[in-house]
Amino acid sequence: MCLFQFQSVMNYFPEEVLEHVFDFLTSHRDRNTVSLVCKSWYSVERFSREKVFIGNCYAVNPERLIARFPRLRSLTLKGKPHFADFNLVPDGWGGHVYPWIEAMAKSGINLEELKLKRMVVSDESLELLAKSFPNFKSLVLVSCEGFTTVGLAAIASNCRFLRELDLQENEVDDLKGKWLSCFPESCTSLVSLNFACLKGEVNVVALERLVARCPNLRSLRLNHTVPLEVLQKILVRAPQLSDLGTGSFTHDPDSETFIKLKNAMKNCHSIRSLSGFLDVNGRCLPAIYPICISLTSLNLSYAPGIFSNELIKLICHCKKIERLWILDTIGDKGLGVVANTCKELQELRVFPSDLYGVGNTAVTEEGLVAISAGCPKLNSILYFCQQMTNAALITVAKNCPNFIRFRLCTLDPIVPDAVTNQPLDEGFGAIVQSCKRLTRLSVSGLLTDQVFLYIGMYAEQLEMLSIAFAGDSDKGMLYVLNGCKKLKKLEIRDSPFGNMALLSDMGKYETMRSLWMSSCEVTLGGCKTLAEKMPWLNVEIINEHEAGEGEGEASCDDRHRVEKMYLYRTLVGPRKDAPDFVWTL
Amino acid sequence: MAKICSGLETELRLGLPGGGGVKEKKRVFSDICDEEGKEEARKNQVVGWPPVCSYRRKNGCGMMKMYVKVSVDGAPFLRKIDLSNYKNYSHLVMALEELFGCFGIGEALKDAENCEYVPIYEDKDGDWMLLGDVPWEMFAESCKRLRVMKRSDAKKIAKDLLKGLATEY
Repeated sequence: MCLFQFQSVMNYFPEEVLEHVFDFLTSHRDRNTVSLVCKSWYSVERFSREKVFIGNCYAVNPERLIARFPRLRSLTLKGKPHFADFNLVPDGWGGHVYPWIEAMAKSGINLEELKLKRMVVSDESLELLAKSFPNFKSLVLVSCEGFTTVGLAAIASNCRFLRELDLQENEVDDLKGKWLSCFPESCTSLVSLNFACLKGEVNVVALERLVARCPNLRSLRLNHTVPLEVLQKILVRAPQLSDLGTGSFTHDPDSETFIKLKNAMKNCHSIRSLSGFLDVNGRCLPAIYPICISLTSLNLSYAPGIFSNELIKLICHCKKIERLWILDTIGDKGLGVVANTCKELQELRVFPSDLYGVGNTAVTEEGLVAISAGCPKLNSILYFCQQMTNAALITVAKNCPNFIRFRLCTLDPIVPDAVTNQPLDEGFGAIVQSCKRLTRLSVSGLLTDQVFLYIGMYAEQLEMLSIAFAGDSDKGMLYVLNGCKKLKKLEIRDSPFGNMALLSDMGKYETMRSLWMSSCEVTLGGCKTLAEKMPWLNVEIINEHEAGEGEGEASCDDRHRVEKMYLYRTLVGPRKDAPDFVWTL
Repeated sequence: MAKICSGLETELRLGLPGGGGVKEKKRVFSDICDEEGKEEARKNQVVGWPPVCSYRRKNGCGMMKMYVKVSVDGAPFLRKIDLSNYKNYSHLVMALEELFGCFGIGEALKDAENCEYVPIYEDKDGDWMLLGDVPWEMFAESCKRLRVMKRSDAKKIAKDLLKGLATEY
């Protein structure tokens, strides 16, 4: 039955039925799609939608969001571009959440959940959030900044039904306030509490009592100031935990406290996810061996204090691991052990322990090949390595055709094949050819236009591509733009792509979320042309060196290369909160 | 309208693969770097590379800023050094010798019996250890402060200790 006939049939049903059917559509994409079918479906969908995902906070504005989805309860917002993580976006660029909270508060939206990534969150925003939404239940902040423990205190004090406070990798000013003590005695609804990224001490007595009165607590991640003695007491009170982030994990292994901890751990039959070990004594690790056998997720990437041999001993117990994040201190040998032990492994991330080349602990292509051979369910990898070869990547591609995400970062951004000295084009080419479901790819090492030819040809499902120090000419970028039909985010730095590539298919950018290009060959003139022809794009030029250099250089001419350009599709035109150093063309 | 100039006027020259393109690609850093011969340092210090998010840089990587106090007997004040700047013991000792203008610390690494200076460090457990016994990474990770003692002082402390032990019997 074609869509037209189907639609006619569906229109015989009253709206309540349509709404009920739509309830089964949980993915944003599906709901977005049904809303495009016809006016009545659009209408039913928008009044029944409770969860909204906005991948770029500047693509729309709060007013439009509220107008379209009056029943909004759960909002996810993302702010800064991904390369902001690597200090490529100056402070003050934008991504403020306050206007969103303010607008929702004024409109009487019954907000229950807010998830933010790479946004600027002020204490005022948190205070307004806490006081405006009586049913507020869940706050998740990932890689955000701008707030202090004062804002957290407001959340703790005012959100009576708070279930989740999850702070992941945020830059928080810890004013050593008593935010944790602000959870009132009446707060018993916590299911998830993660404050691992906070630097300051918390009131451990208040913490223990909070844990004791929240019987539904499933996920608890402590910061490094919480000592092992307190962890032990917490585990006794909350043996039902399924996700634990230890704070400090160092103590005298012969002490009574430690023995008590071991016993408490043995009693925690539900722990499936473990992280933390922010300060660790390797001799204390055996305490967690009893729970290792049931773990599905293990994150030791913030534990540089665990040496390679201890890490390996630990891994041997983790037979059911599906997600593993570690440091490259594990070494190729350790990865071999992972390959032999962790047959359920789906996602592996190996982070660099040594950013400045002081030691020699990095992993190589050997570790990656071992993993690919030993772990048949592997579908997602982030791998920082000293060196790579085409042969290894070809082998990996053969062993693992199921990759959804493949991110490789060589510590030297343009290192060639370690054996043949050739570019790594063939290796990545094999990956995209073999992995038909690949949606995210990051390439590195010495790369020519050829790798982009392969990507354009084979990476049909690719949605996000990260490029650095790669390619020879505009052709490289053109292959990608022409070939990757599903591309949503493209981020490029230090690569020789210029106006010809940028302007070849301007309409393409309306099908994408965003494009980032820094230290490339595009000029001001090229960007201006693009901005002129495409009214639905914001083309931002970010120039941090503007201040103080202005005098002699009047208005720079169109032939000047642009340092940083960020463009994105938007329904609402140039943003009004852009700082001085951002020029929207 | 903001004045826009593409600030760093860097030139990108690329060779063929395998050719001499190495230095030219690091446009940002090549402008900042003014020290000659530090190739190895250069390749690791391109802005934003390796692409590790700033939170992780500050909190996760083992060899991040490891400032420790260094005292040398006879010197009027202490200094602070960042251990993550050094690759190994010789590297560290060379830096110390230069910093304090005293030479001979390195001798202790080769011949602990006869050197004039004895480099020791306080580890995580609060114990004072002789420099050089454990692998460099392990040392750097556990070192809380450094002290370069004069051998004569070390001998005196040892003598007192032995005397103390002797009188107990």
